[in-house]
Amino acid sequence: MILDAQPILSSPLANAVGVWIASLLTLMIFSFLYKDNPFYKFAEHLFVGVSAAYWMCVGFWTTLIPNMIARLWPSHMGGVLPAVVGNQREWGYVIPLVLGLILLTRLVTRIAWLSRWAMGFVIGFAAGTNFTRYLQSDFVSQIHSTMVPIYEPGATTAATIGNIFSQIVIVGGVVSALIYFYFSKEHKGIFGRTARVGIWVLMAAFGASFGYTVMARISLLTGRMGFIIQWISGSSW
Amino acid sequence: MKRTVPLIITFFVGIILIIAMFVPHDPFYGLDSKFSIFYDVIAVFAFILGGGNLLKVHFYKIQNRRRDWKYSIVTVSGFFLMLGAGLLKIGVPGGWSGDYQADGSLFKYLYDAAFQPLQATMFSLLAFFVASASYRAFRAKTREATILLVAAFVILLRPTPLGYYLTFWLPKPLQFLHIPNLSTWIMSVPNMAGQRAIMIGIALGIVSTSLRLMLGIERSYLGTEGKG
Repeated sequence: MILDAQPILSSPLANAVGVWIASLLTLMIFSFLYKDNPFYKFAEHLFVGVSAAYWMCVGFWTTLIPNMIARLWPSHMGGVLPAVVGNQREWGYVIPLVLGLILLTRLVTRIAWLSRWAMGFVIGFAAGTNFTRYLQSDFVSQIHSTMVPIYEPGATTAATIGNIFSQIVIVGGVVSALIYFYFSKEHKGIFGRTARVGIWVLMAAFGASFGYTVMARISLLTGRMGFIIQWISGSSW
Repeated sequence: MKRTVPLIITFFVGIILIIAMFVPHDPFYGLDSKFSIFYDVIAVFAFILGGGNLLKVHFYKIQNRRRDWKYSIVTVSGFFLMLGAGLLKIGVPGGWSGDYQADGSLFKYLYDAAFQPLQATMFSLLAFFVASASYRAFRAKTREATILLVAAFVILLRPTPLGYYLTFWLPKPLQFLHIPNLSTWIMSVPNMAGQRAIMIGIALGIVSTSLRLMLGIERSYLGTEGKG
């Protein structure tokens, strides 16, 4: 800790200043609804700088320090991570250090090609992991979940009929939507009509996703509006 | 050297991870979790690269007085302020060993006063654009557009009192058309069917792309420099 700023930052005055900054920045962003203007540009540019630094700090303290530096130089971590001081040095973690430094050569045009070695690792890792992961979780398990008995006795006749209908819609919907995605055969005749049903199923899915997205955005909007109302009323500062 | 070495690295890393899945014994045991940590560490270096690139672009704009260069000063200032607050743990109770996001720290203060409101407002702004997009999308000109419109409307009406009062009077045999029930059915039946088909399609796409990457057929991530 370079500066003991905690008492200042925890004071009621600092809280009030923080609320005012947050409220003004919120209004600056909302000003874009009128048109692009200097206030919006200010807030937008600030957001870019602050968010880049935020994620760098998060990555530094949550990944780089515990997963690399603490493993390579445990005896030097007394001040930051006292628990790892007695640990053995793990030389294997030189690999991500070297690859990470190589990645930074991207900033130097003359040797930027070296960064491809790190990219090679990243792409290889993503390809190798996703190959098995997606086959297991998104391919096999989704088919497994779809292939269930259509008839299961329910509490009432109506419930049983409802369950049978829903199960038929799920199986038929998955098959018809997959047929729509199959482009090696022309969508004509019975194949084309099934693909058309597939489009309807996909439209229902997109509609539901769209509805949820709109709800999430409106929920964020009401949150910001609530914050502004609290600021105007003075209850948050 | 420029293109062959990364292709070899991609191939070996990918193949080793697939073997580790099927042979969970030495020397492959635990390699997936170790590689996952390596990947996370490299991702942090990518963040650093992103920060470096951001500074390069904005310093260039400031130096050459390009359009809107004054706003670049805002970006750079915000960047250094947040970075300094986070890396130096300014105001963190407990000093260097304390949590960098602890209450009372400058990093947390800047997060609450600037980052969080800016992010939330920026995303909430999308509500207005989504509304204007839905106006265009929700013109039920075709059967497909009507299905999209009905599904989205039912989902949107569900949490509102209007959604309840519109259909609560329906007789018991038609209760499945009551908007909260209909919304649940849309989510768990046609939506699930559509999502499953999409997930199966994506999985097949990812598997084939992964194979193309590992075998060196897909090389676009290497760029075009040094090709030939």
